[in-house]
Amino acid sequence: MSAWPPIAAGGVVIPKFGKPSECVVQNHQFCAGWFIDHFSSRFLTPLLVHIELTAIAVGVGLPIAFAAALISRRYHWFERGFSLFAAFLYTFPALAFFELMVQVTGINKFTAEIALVSYTQLILFVNILTGLRAVPPDALEAARAMGLTHRQTLLRVELPLALPPIMAGIRIATVTIISLATVAAYIGAGGLGSLIFDAIGTGFKTEFIAAGGLAVVLALVADGGLVLLQRTLTPWTRRSVVR
Amino acid sequence: MHTIIQSFQFFGNHLHLFRTKTGQQLELSLASIGIAMALAIPVGVWLGHIHRGSFLAINVCNIGRALPSLAVISIGIGILGIGFTNTMVALVILAGPVMLTNAYVAVEQVDANAVQAARAMGMRPWQVLVRVELPLATPLLFAGIRTGTVFVIATATLATFAGGGGLGDIIANEASYGTAGVVAASLTITVLAFAVDGLLALVQRALTAPPLRHQTDALRTVASVTDLSTEAP
Repeated sequence: MSAWPPIAAGGVVIPKFGKPSECVVQNHQFCAGWFIDHFSSRFLTPLLVHIELTAIAVGVGLPIAFAAALISRRYHWFERGFSLFAAFLYTFPALAFFELMVQVTGINKFTAEIALVSYTQLILFVNILTGLRAVPPDALEAARAMGLTHRQTLLRVELPLALPPIMAGIRIATVTIISLATVAAYIGAGGLGSLIFDAIGTGFKTEFIAAGGLAVVLALVADGGLVLLQRTLTPWTRRSVVR
Repeated sequence: MHTIIQSFQFFGNHLHLFRTKTGQQLELSLASIGIAMALAIPVGVWLGHIHRGSFLAINVCNIGRALPSLAVISIGIGILGIGFTNTMVALVILAGPVMLTNAYVAVEQVDANAVQAARAMGMRPWQVLVRVELPLATPLLFAGIRTGTVFVIATATLATFAGGGGLGDIIANEASYGTAGVVAASLTITVLAFAVDGLLALVQRALTAPPLRHQTDALRTVASVTDLSTEAP
């Protein structure tokens, strides 16, 4: 196969895909040979960009959601406002949210990240708050009796006890963001979605299946990896988890 | 604020367009929700009733949630081609798992004492299911249906990329319809989602035994976002 030319949007099928094989010319359902030959030149970078988009969104979203949860514990009106915002986002189409953000911050990764971080909030915030609220009052009282300060109680007692729901939230947020990041490609954020939109332009079936399949695999691997991390971090929950 | 006013004007000037596109969006959403319910709820309820398959019932939700819709649509274009069916399959995959898991948990967690009392009164297994377990499971069961429904209505927007029509046609075509059009279409979807959710809430209320009515809303967020996932192995 010849070297890959730079990706142009909506090109014609044949010239774009190098020296075409029979399978590619006929546009069969899935040309495994083409996929393998072009994986490193065409699929690897979007895959890495996709991981980067997701990692940044969750990494930035987590401290924000945590702060919001702590504020909500003190001021109830804040929780109401935040929940309303979350409920609104829940029903607002992601595609439109991305487009509208473009008007404010332009077509770039930053815009995509703002939208993605917003979407992490509605999951992380609820789970962090639920986790912190579920800490048994006895544990808090014991902490106070031992003379722990507020900060020590938070870090040494509440946070570890709230870890299972928080980890579950991180897990859901991560797969949700992997899903939404495919849509973010619509505003030029890159990632695996850009290949899907490329394929919509060319109608090349192998690319549809390969790009979609990679996104699905990425989501499943991330989900599985986070389950393992969750189990490692919270060994005490293991017995009660499997019923 | 200016944009919002413009979007209302846009809406007013394009009533016919909105009627068509909203109709398409609703048709696609309702078909998907119907199929997802028909497939997922009997399985979830049955597994909950026999107290088996918790691993399957809970993990199906996690896997379903992990599948990116646009990616599923993309794979669907490769296999099924462009059109209504493709997006419908993706939406069924999106909504089915949430409904199945909630149905399972709803029936499974019914108070064992109530079930035993029913058995002691001489009820047959299906009577226990219909008269005791299902009434007690209604709030959580509906939580799953409503969560799935909201997901589907919002996500049906992506149908535009697979030629499935709907309000996504307006949202994805900012060049023709402008920002006002995008905002108007998005708000229409949001209103649509809240409206269908509200209708389902009414149905739920009608079907719920009076003493259980108050706990409905509290259950909802917890069930859909937190509990199921913390339980999952």
